[in-house]
Amino acid sequence: MNSNAAQKIDVDLQSEQGVDQYLTFCLAGEEYGINILKVQEIRGWSEVTPMPNTPDSILGVINLRGTVVPIVELRSHFNLPDAPRGPTTVIIVVKAEEKNGNQRTMGMVVDAVSEVHNIASTDMQPAPQVGDAEDQPAIAGLATMDEHMIIILDVDDLMINRVLGLADEEPTTQK
Amino acid sequence: MSMDLSEFLDVFLEECFEGLEAMESGLLHLDEGTDLEEINTIFRAAHSIKGGSAAFGFDHISNFTHVMETLLDELRNGSRQVDKNIVDLLLASVDILREMVEGLKTDETPDEARVAELKKKLEMALADSGASSDPESETPPESDAPSKDQDQAEAASWHIRFIPGPDLFRDGNDPVRIFEALAELGSLRVRTDAANLPSLSELDPATCHLHWEATLEGAVTEEQIRETFSWVEGDCQLEISQTEAAPEAQSDKATVTETTAEPAAPAPAEKSAAPAAKPAKTSPNRESGSIRVSIEKVDLLINLVGELVITQSMLNQAGLNQAQGGGASAEALLNGLAQLERNTRELQENMLQLRMLPINVAFNRFPRLVRDLCNKMGKKVDLVLTGEQTEVDKTVLEKIGDPLVHLVRNSLDHGLETPEVRAAAGKPEQGRLELSAQHESGNIVIRIIDDGAGLNREKILQKAIENGLVSDKDELSEERIDNLIFQPGFSTADKVSDLSGRGVGMDVVKRNINDLGGTVSIHSRQGEGSTVMIRLPLTLAILDGQLASIGEDTYILPLISIVESLQIRSENLNSVAGSSELYRFRDEYIPIIRLNSLLGNSGGIENLEQGLLVVVEAEGQHAGLFVDRLQGQQQVVIKSLETNFQQLEGVSGATILGDGQVALILDIPGLVHLFHKTRNQMRVPALAAAS
Repeated sequence: MNSNAAQKIDVDLQSEQGVDQYLTFCLAGEEYGINILKVQEIRGWSEVTPMPNTPDSILGVINLRGTVVPIVELRSHFNLPDAPRGPTTVIIVVKAEEKNGNQRTMGMVVDAVSEVHNIASTDMQPAPQVGDAEDQPAIAGLATMDEHMIIILDVDDLMINRVLGLADEEPTTQK
Repeated sequence: MSMDLSEFLDVFLEECFEGLEAMESGLLHLDEGTDLEEINTIFRAAHSIKGGSAAFGFDHISNFTHVMETLLDELRNGSRQVDKNIVDLLLASVDILREMVEGLKTDETPDEARVAELKKKLEMALADSGASSDPESETPPESDAPSKDQDQAEAASWHIRFIPGPDLFRDGNDPVRIFEALAELGSLRVRTDAANLPSLSELDPATCHLHWEATLEGAVTEEQIRETFSWVEGDCQLEISQTEAAPEAQSDKATVTETTAEPAAPAPAEKSAAPAAKPAKTSPNRESGSIRVSIEKVDLLINLVGELVITQSMLNQAGLNQAQGGGASAEALLNGLAQLERNTRELQENMLQLRMLPINVAFNRFPRLVRDLCNKMGKKVDLVLTGEQTEVDKTVLEKIGDPLVHLVRNSLDHGLETPEVRAAAGKPEQGRLELSAQHESGNIVIRIIDDGAGLNREKILQKAIENGLVSDKDELSEERIDNLIFQPGFSTADKVSDLSGRGVGMDVVKRNINDLGGTVSIHSRQGEGSTVMIRLPLTLAILDGQLASIGEDTYILPLISIVESLQIRSENLNSVAGSSELYRFRDEYIPIIRLNSLLGNSGGIENLEQGLLVVVEAEGQHAGLFVDRLQGQQQVVIKSLETNFQQLEGVSGATILGDGQVALILDIPGLVHLFHKTRNQMRVPALAAAS
């Protein structure tokens, strides 16, 4: 599986028609993926400055080369159990885009990053409706890779609508 | 003939606004007495607006300005006397012109009826005197180049005489385009011969009565020149002759000075300089002293310098640790670091200077405002501006305008009395309103001083008691009463005239100023006048901060809000109903705000006597912020939390400390507000239980 991954990373970022590259990461044993074009960088864990009167899932802010970047604890946001930070804990810094084109740089804490997959849009299934649409964690779809299920997240929806709550009312669970 | 002028459009618009401002302030000076230099300034401004707008094809502007210019020209050559009516008329024209220019930005066409009406008035004023000594043609902008230009002829290489037929305009030809095309070939100087113009009453604007003489310098063949005239060749007399080539240097100098006099020429000349690598002919460095740079570029640089300062202080700390071993290399390192620190600090200071503009920009609207208001109210006021050159950050400048207007109107409306009342009170009939600005210890202080009636304390107190802001038992100092007018909920609405009936009170002024990190206070003497003092930070990009620790975290308190920091003494501690903690600060009981619980900080000292109380002022009230300990004071670069996150109550921004950590900058009024809100939430269930 590792050699497989290495090969895939070598593939040109300008992927073929309908095929996008996704960075996958682990969160409490589940595998999630986000479009790699949304990823700005991956940083090791560093101390954050907490902010008052914010939800528990907002850990605080860090200094990213002079920019003040808010950090989201994804486990806490998805109501997954807390876990101690390990050597693989990283912050994935993403660029989330608002509807008006305004970009926000935000970080999310994940257990570990795993690999980069090429996934064709035709290989993606819509997420099954479970419970209220409001509670759905911004899932763009589900993909299967090497017998694993990968939950593909919509970064813009996740960060802008769910974390910051800047959304207009209608939930956009499915893309 | 397609020339891309759009890149010049922004410059043109900016120049227009500057020109209009120059005209306005010049006209206001004319009120005080005729000054030929002043008239010339106004005339020049009008002239360049006219020329520029014609070059861009904004005919409605150039036509309108032309009429103004004709009137101004009469003032200039003395055939007409300056009087108040003319000044009023010209001021109104400036307003219309400004609307038209603003309309260009937004692609709106101004109200044509109003333009036409004003233009008619101007024309009537012109006809009135019968002294239309110098009628000019309607269209070409070159029409009044100074005639003394002729003596430069020997410096030219080509001499062109262009006598078009009377139908030039009707055929859709525009001489401006031809000369623009010529200007692309080399340095062009055009003179208009208006000798054949009929008198104004017989003038048919569609008929061409003008001749032009032009001199063109550059590596141009007769062929090329003829080509530019090819559209009109059949319908005109064209004489092209070569004069002896002038010495390069001399001609260069001559053209530069001349082109500035020709409104249409500079733009094309600048354009030609780049692509056609011709001999260093066109060097239109007209404003050698300054350049125009977009504010974004400056802000980007300021941000970068901010990063540099942070990196430098990180390096500094690392260097100090590294150098503890001693030795020669350690000393060199320390020296280098010290030098770096000095340089970065200077760089930052100078960088911030770039955003500084003289307060003049905010002040210069007042002569007009005061004049108009006085006319309306029948008051006589002498406006005195001092310290106009005091520099302040552009953002501060933009935001201080409205509060200042409000305060000045207030002074005029409520403060200064009518001439009769003043005379009865034994004061000179003409009131005095002074606007002053000066730097005071890293802040800018703006004062609005009037010698009017002062505040009516009894009325204010009565009103405040009515509104429940104070109780009638309170013993208030005079100053405290005066400053009640800034309290939210305090409105003098029942005595507001239609002039200042703006629906917003002084509390809005105060809030605007607080938002800028400043303070405002009023000092008044009954019958003698009042003084409003505004204190503002010089810039919004950096802030003088006091670093305070709570638990493991560091917070920044704006130094401007801090009154005093003190060790808590138990005998001054009081509690109310077992929950609210109060501290006796001088003769006042102030609430103690435990920052650790308010900010949800798990660490931090709980025992009041072990920590420090920082007494702050927010919205006229004192409060004590309880912190673990204070660290140093330093200037911090303000970073917005909103860029990537959202605004938080009680936090105005963040900054990056020397160790690379982010520290939150606390917003004192917000904190106090947050404190009262959480208090109320706690109290409501308690009250419900009690009842």
